[in-house]
Amino acid sequence: MGYVNTERADILARLQKEILPLQGYKPMPGGNRTNIDLGAANAAFPNACFPLGAVHEFQSQSPEQTAASAGFVAAMISHLAKNGEAIFWISRVRRIFPPALKSFGIEPDRVIFINAGNDNDLLWVMEEGLKCKGLAAVVGEIAEISFTASRRLQLAVEQSRVTGFLIRQHHRLIKPIASVCRWRISHLPSEFEDGMPGVGFPRWNVALEKVRNGKPGEWQMEWSEGRFNLMDMPVPAIERELNIKVG
Amino acid sequence: MPKRFVAIWFLSLKTDWFLLRNPGLKDKAFVLAAHDHGRMVITAANSIARSQGIDKGMVLADARAILPSLEYFDDQPQKFSRLLESIGAWCIRYTPMVALDMPDGLILESTGCAHLWGNEAAYLDAIANRFNQFGYHVRLCMADTIGAAWALVHFGENKTIVQPHEQLKALMNLSPSALRIDPEILERLHKLGLRKISHIVAMPRSALRRRFGTGFIRQLDFALGNENEPILPILPPVPFQERLSSLDPILTLTGIEIALQTLLDNLCLRLYQCGKGLRFASFTCFRVDGKVVKIDIGTNRASHQSKHLFKLFELKLNSIEPGLGIELFQLDGSRVEEINPVQEKIWETTGGLDDDGVFELIDRVTNKMGANCIQRFGPDEHYWPERSFKPMDSLQEKIVSSWKSDRPRPVHLLARPEPIQVMAPIPDYPPMLFRYKNKLHKIKKADGPERIEREWWIEEGDHRDYYQVEDEDGIRYWLFRSGHYSDKNYQWFIHGFFA
Repeated sequence: MGYVNTERADILARLQKEILPLQGYKPMPGGNRTNIDLGAANAAFPNACFPLGAVHEFQSQSPEQTAASAGFVAAMISHLAKNGEAIFWISRVRRIFPPALKSFGIEPDRVIFINAGNDNDLLWVMEEGLKCKGLAAVVGEIAEISFTASRRLQLAVEQSRVTGFLIRQHHRLIKPIASVCRWRISHLPSEFEDGMPGVGFPRWNVALEKVRNGKPGEWQMEWSEGRFNLMDMPVPAIERELNIKVG
Repeated sequence: MPKRFVAIWFLSLKTDWFLLRNPGLKDKAFVLAAHDHGRMVITAANSIARSQGIDKGMVLADARAILPSLEYFDDQPQKFSRLLESIGAWCIRYTPMVALDMPDGLILESTGCAHLWGNEAAYLDAIANRFNQFGYHVRLCMADTIGAAWALVHFGENKTIVQPHEQLKALMNLSPSALRIDPEILERLHKLGLRKISHIVAMPRSALRRRFGTGFIRQLDFALGNENEPILPILPPVPFQERLSSLDPILTLTGIEIALQTLLDNLCLRLYQCGKGLRFASFTCFRVDGKVVKIDIGTNRASHQSKHLFKLFELKLNSIEPGLGIELFQLDGSRVEEINPVQEKIWETTGGLDDDGVFELIDRVTNKMGANCIQRFGPDEHYWPERSFKPMDSLQEKIVSSWKSDRPRPVHLLARPEPIQVMAPIPDYPPMLFRYKNKLHKIKKADGPERIEREWWIEEGDHRDYYQVEDEDGIRYWLFRSGHYSDKNYQWFIHGFFA
């Protein structure tokens, strides 16, 4: 009986793996040379492998949360741009302080900032950037994006395998869009190991609210020494601002 | 092979142009007049007015006494100087070298152009017919030298074609004023009874030089072809230029695209053979109705990839209005640079900033949105946060100094620091709480101060004491106090958000 069960599980796993490429999850050519390592959180993704060549959406509701998302995204990209690839950072008005990117493992002079005059131009640059194989990643800061526009981005990505990050700051509930993952990053109080005073490494509550073919989850992570460290501490008692599930 | 020149003389440029704008004046006598020493003096008269004995140089009041029904209008000298220039630009369709001959003529260097219209007579007819259709009265002549063509157009028969090396024979019977010389010299020639060029040519050169100066000899040599007269084209010659004329006027976008693609392929092949690439190019469309539409592109790195250049043009093709149709397309590589040969890669690498794909993408963005929207930053040797990075000129530019990461820096920096209300216990201690946008933040953890002095050799003002603080929600801010605590006029600001 147990033998039959494991056999069935194997078949299911194999079938699931066959479905993945059909849904736009293609393995990177030449194996996983570069990938984003989120430690134990990798288990949430299909094949236990961070989906590159996809559009990731980051929602935030305040400028502070946007800064947290930008830091988290920058830390993720540092894994992708290890060989000095160029990065596009597109926004209406540049808020990023370039020297700060260095502490997230990115060479700030590798980042090309583009200030788009309007949302249409922004989406156009983003789409063209996502089609360009020479880029490591494309980050777009946009508040409102239509479902159709987000589909276009996803289609562009499936050809080129460039990873796109959308940072959406909006004070209201926002409409769902076509993205492979939806994240929400919020600050956590930092701590030094032995109770030393002062502000420690950046620490976030990372909520993966939606992931296609994976298991959504929530983790506490710290960025130190160039990698993500998962905290196995209980969810702190601070009240998180949003518990509404979207989509 | 001798050079060939066409001289065009507009008999009544101003009135013809005026008539085009005001067709109602066709059967009336009218003149253009301008103020001169308190009088109105006629500067141009149409043919009907001339037949009544009214010509330019007359005082308007006299002319109206002769012909009371005479209509008169104000002359606009600036407009007419531009008019001749734009007619010259239009003539580019007949030859790439067009020069102005002020005040009412054009010189075309048509060496090797006439055969495209069959022969020289057909070439002159084509030009004359087009001008007549527009409503301009022109005379034109062709000769080996500019001087001969000019002389014949003003003093000879219309549409004279002087066969190569025969300009001397053609000029023999003309008056010396055909040589474009000063009125003063002309008067002296008349006094001496030299009323034909044939008289002058027969005289010894040394005598001519002594009596009339070297300027006169030069004009004679220009006309006879003993000396080359320089031509000053209104458009400087562009070596990398491709032209494509169409049998029928092109109206559709597809047609324009095909024309552009053909021109680009030809130009890129030439560029490739010369080892050069385009930095700036323009695509010009000459319309049937005489208008000229033009689009430009620029690249960040010299390129001779016709596919890429086509994409750059494609973004702007929509702005071309074909009107009644386009009859001639022209592609100019106005700025061309040496290209660094790219070695073919054996394996595909995901490139950095010198990746071709990235370059082509940046070119497209630049052409769509302007160069100012693209920024890349390098470190600058300043501690002052706003000055700690500087924009870099190009993608290839290498950074000179290294980025510093030994101090905490916020991931988002506010464009200008915003004032906040703060409660701070004693000097040099971080604040206990602060109010920003009507929200009270209790500070749990803090680092600092990090004092950054204002650079006195750049600007004057107070120093800043920066603190990295974390509030009760774990959100991290970058605050600073401007000025000394003891000065009493210090002020607290928020300057950024940490990740």
